[in-house]
Amino acid sequence: MEPGVHFMDGNTACAEGAIAAGCTFFAGYPITPASEILERIANRFPEIHGSYLQMEDELASITAILGASWAGRKAMTATSGPGFSLMMENYGLGLMTETPCVIANVMRGGPSTGLPTKVAQGDVMQTRWGTHGDVGVIVLVPSSPQEMFDLTIEAFNMSEKYRLPVIVLSDEMVSHMTEKVEIPPKEELNIIDRKKPKDPPSEFLPFCPDEDLVPPMANAGEGYSVHVTGLTHDEEGHPSVDEKTQNRLVTRLIDKIRKNADDILKYDEYKTDDADMIIVAYGSVYRAATEAVDMARDQGYKVGLLRPITIWPFPEERIYDLARNGTKTFLVAEINFGQIVFEVERCTAGSAKTYLAPKMGGSIHTPEEIMERIVAINQEKIPDFKE
Amino acid sequence: MSIRKSRDWFSPDYMDQKPKKGASHGLHPLDNYLRKDRIPHIWCPGCGLGITLNAYLRALKDSGIAPENTAVVSGIGCSGRAAGYVDVDSFHVTHGRAIPFATGLKVGNRDLVTTVFSGDGDLFAIGGNHFIHAARRNVDFNVICVNNFNYGMTGGQAGPTTPTEAETSTTPWGGFEQPFNLPAVAAGAGAVYVARWTTYHVEELIKSLKEALDKKGFCFIEILSPCPTGYGRKVGLKTGVTTMRYFKENCEVKNDADPTDVALDPKDPKSKIIVGKFIDREAPTYQDERGKVFEAARSKLGVK
Repeated sequence: MEPGVHFMDGNTACAEGAIAAGCTFFAGYPITPASEILERIANRFPEIHGSYLQMEDELASITAILGASWAGRKAMTATSGPGFSLMMENYGLGLMTETPCVIANVMRGGPSTGLPTKVAQGDVMQTRWGTHGDVGVIVLVPSSPQEMFDLTIEAFNMSEKYRLPVIVLSDEMVSHMTEKVEIPPKEELNIIDRKKPKDPPSEFLPFCPDEDLVPPMANAGEGYSVHVTGLTHDEEGHPSVDEKTQNRLVTRLIDKIRKNADDILKYDEYKTDDADMIIVAYGSVYRAATEAVDMARDQGYKVGLLRPITIWPFPEERIYDLARNGTKTFLVAEINFGQIVFEVERCTAGSAKTYLAPKMGGSIHTPEEIMERIVAINQEKIPDFKE
Repeated sequence: MSIRKSRDWFSPDYMDQKPKKGASHGLHPLDNYLRKDRIPHIWCPGCGLGITLNAYLRALKDSGIAPENTAVVSGIGCSGRAAGYVDVDSFHVTHGRAIPFATGLKVGNRDLVTTVFSGDGDLFAIGGNHFIHAARRNVDFNVICVNNFNYGMTGGQAGPTTPTEAETSTTPWGGFEQPFNLPAVAAGAGAVYVARWTTYHVEELIKSLKEALDKKGFCFIEILSPCPTGYGRKVGLKTGVTTMRYFKENCEVKNDADPTDVALDPKDPKSKIIVGKFIDREAPTYQDERGKVFEAARSKLGVK
């Protein structure tokens, strides 16, 4: 797409971000409110010689992109809650087989079919723990169409660098909002590609990590004769039922995210320097929370805002530091009955109080609603989250 | 530091673990196609999977396709382990998902001669939807279905191909479901090549596998195979040899038979079995058709 300023919705920006990142393979299944991503890709792929596949369901969609990734393509799928639930199985396969790819999940109201056309943020913990077993994950949460573009590129970069499926966790509001999106010239984009093997095929061990805990990746057809399995496997890729192999593999899959968190982690702060109270909000709610901070400041409350951009890994250390260095209360505003609030409470480690402004989905918090909470907390009218 | 370090003490030393790549034990004529250090395999005595894998590898060797241009994708189950023994790019994926994985692999790199090697439960119960859609699209890969009439690895439970009245570990009082007639499913969904053989028909099977490897489009080969441990012991086919003898005595070769006429008698686990090559037709593949449409789109858009 032409560099410059465009006016587009979040889903379109997501598709354009994928193309800018080098995505040439997309498999998907239509679902509200993510379908525009598929439609844009289907429209644009002939000109970039990409492969768009409309699959029979979301199980097939995610599995096909794993296959395409091993064929050497940058690959993506997009969905919403019900489809995302189906994808959990092969999200796990992607994590276990260290397969780079990107999943855009545009959150809508749940559980089950829920509110197909309306916003919610109920899938945050599902991205972290939705697939069985212990995993380390990367999940990026955009708050605007511009970030749908930028963070989709970032998701591809992280997936290639750390070899895992990375999730772009949008919501209906961000995806369907139309705003200014600035597309930089191609040469200004930072695009990362997967590491290639340095050893010859006779010596190459496809799951033996480098110092950064990420193994170089040999694609199918390159003569390395790789074996890839969802079973616990050793460095050669061979299945093993050995407890030590399980310990080494699974710990590494988690540690390659944990120990590289300085590189992966992203968050934003607004007026946190002198804040007594910090609002934690992400996705579309972040926008209302920014307004609420300004309203509170006008009324003399020292309120700031922390927005996780990578919701996983979570900015644990930053919240711990803030809690120990003057912030007395955290208020988490999210469109669910409390998911990230547990993380915030955990990270404060008892040094601050944590409150929740929940919402069950259908619309985002208004700044006034958040403001009411701020006042009520200051007047000690609502209980701390622990109570 | 961005992440709290309380769990660091638990991490093993990853760099210390670099093993050597496996060594050859090398006597078998197909050694070049096998991950030799993975042999012996896990399959039971009397199982038909060794014959089936052998036939596939012989067909691959005969076809002259370079191993580096070959990929094997398996699902879960005894047959799913085949991917672990072949020394080509091989993928052992989740239960039922071998076909969509192969779809992505093949569409991602059309030079890879791709074969799905899996079982009846994997391909037609949990993976049934993927099977019919890949056949409908006519994606260019082969599906080898080793049909042993039951879920072998999990202990001989009834599946989508179990003959109706067969006793299994989940039909201890006798079965009551209608099994699939797999060649009819494949042909009805659009496969361009459909054959059925048994592990007794090795030469015919190798020929069919080679034809499938050479053919463009979605090719399906069903291989009836003994499972003395899981299935046979309850239906009077207690060893691999008795099952092979049963195949020898009860099969009838009928090439070009209408696939809807080749159903195994669901009432009788020991009924007459029709084998042969049933379908061999030409149809444009998924990638050919998409290529045409995308080419037309590019000329409309004025891009190369």
